[in-house]
Amino acid sequence: MGQQEKQSIVSIIGSVLVIGFYSLYVYRNYIQADMGLLNDFQFWGKSFLYLIPVAIVVQIVIQILFAIGNRIITQEDISDITDERDKLIELKSIRISHWIFTAGFMLAMGSLAMGMKPYVMFLTLISSGFVASLASEVAKIIYYRRGA
Amino acid sequence: MVDAKVIISNNIRRLRFFAGEMTQQELADKTGVTRQTIVAIENGKYFPSLELAFRLAHTFNVQLSEVFAYYPENDPVHKKLKDKLTKKGKQ
Repeated sequence: MGQQEKQSIVSIIGSVLVIGFYSLYVYRNYIQADMGLLNDFQFWGKSFLYLIPVAIVVQIVIQILFAIGNRIITQEDISDITDERDKLIELKSIRISHWIFTAGFMLAMGSLAMGMKPYVMFLTLISSGFVASLASEVAKIIYYRRGA
Repeated sequence: MVDAKVIISNNIRRLRFFAGEMTQQELADKTGVTRQTIVAIENGKYFPSLELAFRLAHTFNVQLSEVFAYYPENDPVHKKLKDKLTKKGKQ
């Protein structure tokens, strides 16, 4: 397995951990105490705004830990070269995640149009962002295995 | 004889051998790409840009045609265009 594939797997694990723990934290500390928050736009705004930096920091920490662990186990440094194939694969995987997020956005707006509660729209948005990020990493693994 | 599905083949493995059994990592370092990209090119899974193709040829000090070979008879686009031109010529 190539280094990029390993990094994608680590990134998937990181995303699952972040969204899992963050959802659990928000549910236990806020939603469980006051279910009315589900329809509070300010609550969702804050949740989104806190999630983004938390996700970025956790991903950076996980990638650093992976680089250290990889160095210890394989005695190889992680290459800092990004060549034309890496860029092509990155673009292709971003395109996939973009389409998935766009579909999720449409679904979220559809839920509002059909008169569903606002929290359905916010949950759909978060879920589509999460699925789009997973799909991007899975696509990378597939493209790296296929060649490009 | 080349497989009927192959449109572009390469001689990188042979050229590496004649360059003193140059390793894939050495070739990657000399052309500024990762070893995985060299592996993908060698296995015909990835076709490099013209720039990288020339860089590979320059590394081995040979012409581009000695690194890559094109088989138009296996290329569906070439066949399609040829048929189109033949039809136009008949009209």
